[in-house]
Amino acid sequence: MSGETVGTRGLVFNEPLIFEQGSPGRVGYSLPTSGVREVKPDRLIPKKLLRDDIPGFPEVSEVDVVRHFTRMSQWNYGIDLGFYPLGSCTMKYNPRLNEDMARLPGFARAHPYQPEAVSQGALQLLWELEQYLAEICGMDRVSLQPSAGAHGELTGIMLIRAYHISKGNPRKKILIPDSAHGTNPASSAVCGYQVVSVKSGPRGVVEPQAVAEVMDEEVAGIMVTNPNTLGIFEDHILEIAKIVHGKGGQVYCDGANLNAFVGIARPGDMGIDVIQLNVHKTFSTPHGGGGPGAGPVAMKRHLAPFMPVPTVEKKGKEFTLNYKLPKSIGKVRSFYGSFGVLVRAYTYIRTLGPTGLRRAAEVAVINANYILSRLKGTYHLPYDRFCMHECVFDDALQVPDNVKTLDIAKRLMDYGFHPPTIYFPLIVHGALMIEPTETESKETLDQFIAAMKAIAKEAKENGDLVRGAPHNPRVSRMDETKAARQPNLRWRPKASGS
Amino acid sequence: MRYIPNTDADCRQMLDAIGVRSVEDLFADIPAAVRLKRPLRIPPALSEADLTRHIRGLAAKNADADRYSTFLGAGCYNHFSPAIIGHLISRGEFLTAYTPYQPEISQGTLQVMYEYQSLICQLTGMEVSNASMYEGASATAEAILMAHRVTGRNEVVVMRSVHPEYRQVARTYAQQIGLTFHEVGFTPAGTADLRAAKAALSEKSACLVVQNPNFFGAVEDLAELAGAAHAVGALLVVAVPEPVSLGLLRPPGECGADIVAGEGQALGVPMSFGGPYLGVFATQEKYMRQMPGRLVGATLDREGRTGYVLTLATREQHIRREKATSNICTSEALIALIATIYMETLGKNGLREVALQNLRKAAFAKERLARVRGCSLRFSGPTFNEFVVQVKRKPADLLKGLLRKQIIGGLDLGQFYPELKDCLLVCVTEQHSREEVEALAKAMGGGR
Amino acid sequence: MYPADLKYTKEHEWIRVEGGKGRVGITHHAQSALGDVVFVELPKVGRRLKQMETFGVVESVKAVSDLYCPASGEVVEVNTALEGKPELVNQDCYGAGWMIVVKVADPKELNKLMDAKAYEAYLAAEGGH
Repeated sequence: MSGETVGTRGLVFNEPLIFEQGSPGRVGYSLPTSGVREVKPDRLIPKKLLRDDIPGFPEVSEVDVVRHFTRMSQWNYGIDLGFYPLGSCTMKYNPRLNEDMARLPGFARAHPYQPEAVSQGALQLLWELEQYLAEICGMDRVSLQPSAGAHGELTGIMLIRAYHISKGNPRKKILIPDSAHGTNPASSAVCGYQVVSVKSGPRGVVEPQAVAEVMDEEVAGIMVTNPNTLGIFEDHILEIAKIVHGKGGQVYCDGANLNAFVGIARPGDMGIDVIQLNVHKTFSTPHGGGGPGAGPVAMKRHLAPFMPVPTVEKKGKEFTLNYKLPKSIGKVRSFYGSFGVLVRAYTYIRTLGPTGLRRAAEVAVINANYILSRLKGTYHLPYDRFCMHECVFDDALQVPDNVKTLDIAKRLMDYGFHPPTIYFPLIVHGALMIEPTETESKETLDQFIAAMKAIAKEAKENGDLVRGAPHNPRVSRMDETKAARQPNLRWRPKASGS
Repeated sequence: MRYIPNTDADCRQMLDAIGVRSVEDLFADIPAAVRLKRPLRIPPALSEADLTRHIRGLAAKNADADRYSTFLGAGCYNHFSPAIIGHLISRGEFLTAYTPYQPEISQGTLQVMYEYQSLICQLTGMEVSNASMYEGASATAEAILMAHRVTGRNEVVVMRSVHPEYRQVARTYAQQIGLTFHEVGFTPAGTADLRAAKAALSEKSACLVVQNPNFFGAVEDLAELAGAAHAVGALLVVAVPEPVSLGLLRPPGECGADIVAGEGQALGVPMSFGGPYLGVFATQEKYMRQMPGRLVGATLDREGRTGYVLTLATREQHIRREKATSNICTSEALIALIATIYMETLGKNGLREVALQNLRKAAFAKERLARVRGCSLRFSGPTFNEFVVQVKRKPADLLKGLLRKQIIGGLDLGQFYPELKDCLLVCVTEQHSREEVEALAKAMGGGR
Repeated sequence: MYPADLKYTKEHEWIRVEGGKGRVGITHHAQSALGDVVFVELPKVGRRLKQMETFGVVESVKAVSDLYCPASGEVVEVNTALEGKPELVNQDCYGAGWMIVVKVADPKELNKLMDAKAYEAYLAAEGGH
């Protein structure tokens, strides 16, 4: 290992739970003045319906709070700090302009039930965003209501089910490739469908014959991911769609990987009937440690009658909320969707425009193939072909030295990188899924490649170093067995006294 | 393009290393029939300055709680949010982090979630909380699905005093697997009709769903309702869209609730025209393995240091797939961070003070509006920070008049409850001054 | 590793028949593949099972496996010790890590199962998967 690595050590703090801090009487807040009579609560509400103090809530100053969270933030890795090559997560840079726009008082301080007449700006934004996403996907309508990708999948399957019910038979089964993300079968099950697994072919894609074998009139549809979770374009998609449509089924696409071909191809032109997008992936909204996201669902017009209510319509120059959709599936959440997240997506799309969005896809694919070609031979490539926006390696060349994917991932942390996605998709044993995205420079990619090559060398010459990783972060590998056998999911106040 | 570092020259170098002539070669797998042969028909890119101007223009067309006096509640609340929240959540280490699957480099997110789970348990009186769902309505729907899994029963009894959108979302979810709903009405006090609930409950009921405070702002006797549900072996699901109320009200966990499904927006989260919000989900330990959503647990690392990890993941979709307790993956971690900062900043005293101000200001408003010509209180029971006012004028006309004075007077209930089509739902929080309430009363018709 | 007095299923369960009853657990291969067992979901006493019907679930930190009953019968005993100490499955999978006891309804069914030698050959053919 020559030269300076990206990762190093620094001044990091210990920070106990907030419950172990503070003291009686410390104040962290400032509330508006009362100005009304200080009536005793039990004069307004029966005493038996009132509580005593809230046990275990802290009493800390504002300074304590700021230090508490600032110190904890230092223990996190984020895109702002470095490369985050998580496959299928599209960890691209989160533009700060998007944050400013979402915080504008006209958005942040607007109540969803305020009159439409004084909400025209918000409704216009939603309407325009729907138009952009419909165009990007090659679809007719888009519901902006779902709050995450999985929520969008659920909504999409509900739409398919409603469609089949309108034709007299909800049907019983959904076909799902074995490479699919876990949310796909889970969403189908929530809709009461039985999952039929379709094995991927030797080239890593779904073969039409495999679909034809299981397609019948009790199959409501197929859920494909394109590009799939191996980062490969499902090049039989048109034929597969034909087979499914031929028996009256619908084609659902998990759009998590859309970053591979925005502006280059459109799901609606591939025989796909309905697709969810992940705006916290393709459209740059920040991941926030696990949300909020949004999962708009784009669909062909034959599914539009079943859309969740309300939809946003334009009548002349006015924008309105339409609740009159008699065949609607209903609602999948309160109000209209994660509006603040959608503002960010809107801002991003207007920032890039058609040229920028296309370039983003092109560079995302170039970056991924660059990593693939430079690491080929050092790591085993289960499918030796060009990839799209992400590439999948496995640990077959390291296992003989008793170093596994998990160890490689943990050692990458010492080099200053967040590990790629590991052990997914399940069809590749010991998978390492790397998605660089287009917001990374060639220099960063070269640093990552150098680190991966160094680790491969360490695996041969100094396996313990890799197996004992990570060494630099504040904590080492966690005892996940203990966490599951003896669940400790909350702090508990002491029984009496303090 | 400022978000894409690699130039044409950089790309050229990489294409050479890959061994292809152009980027087109990398898209060879996409069938020609499917290739888009024209640019996307969306507006051309705008510069940062131009785009800012355009979007500010959109925002300016909206009323907001700074420029208008708004008395809307109904599941989204105008509460005071401390200044530090915006600054802390903007830290890139929180904002741009991924889900904490690699615990060694996500202890910040994980410890925050552990604190969040703990605070929610203490606030609601329940034994275990997850790390968030999307928002209150879908959280309530998932609570119903969980009750169905736990009891094996297919019927659901829901009070009409539960938020109409929560009931609608619950139906949307439940109809996929054929659960049947029985809706039960409310009393003249505006509270859940206990007798009617008992009549609707049976050995086929998976759960009884109630809201506290309910949609009309009325405070429910949860213990009575728990008794009714448990008598037939059903679970009590309590929806809590306004958790600030828990600064004062007896928590559901102390009243026999089995699952609490709530909305955390009131805990310092911007109203933001409907989202992003925060689904609160808490239950008792005996049901822990049937919970949806992520769970963070404490453990030790190899050197014996305390640390936090996502745990009991075998309930979730990435492992259990179609047998998972839910399909949820990404939830609302950053919004849970907002709520955590809020709860810790206010602390035990602050939360109680906020709740008291809400109660007192709403009580003042109730009294004041009851004296307005053409207004009367529709329900007789105790309320928290919302109440229903019956008006002689058509609500739509009344509200239009108020809007001209920059006042958003409340929610016209006729759209949700035909029997209340002459009523408004009015919400008063600590953000309202006495003068604002006086102004509302005056604008509504003066008073005696 | 694979006691000769037991019979084995293709899903890696074992059964030890004593009198009319069969004690059931998972094999060394299964517990090793799973890793640290953190939770075992078992049926209630009295449940009637058919041969190869799932009777429960065994969980490790990152994996979940269905448990299949080697022989039809009524569940007469359940190993409640696994509630507090799921690690018994890893530590002593043929002894203290047992899971259920069924009253064997049809002893002829046991002929469909593998003996120790056949199970070892089966594992070898599977390629240590």
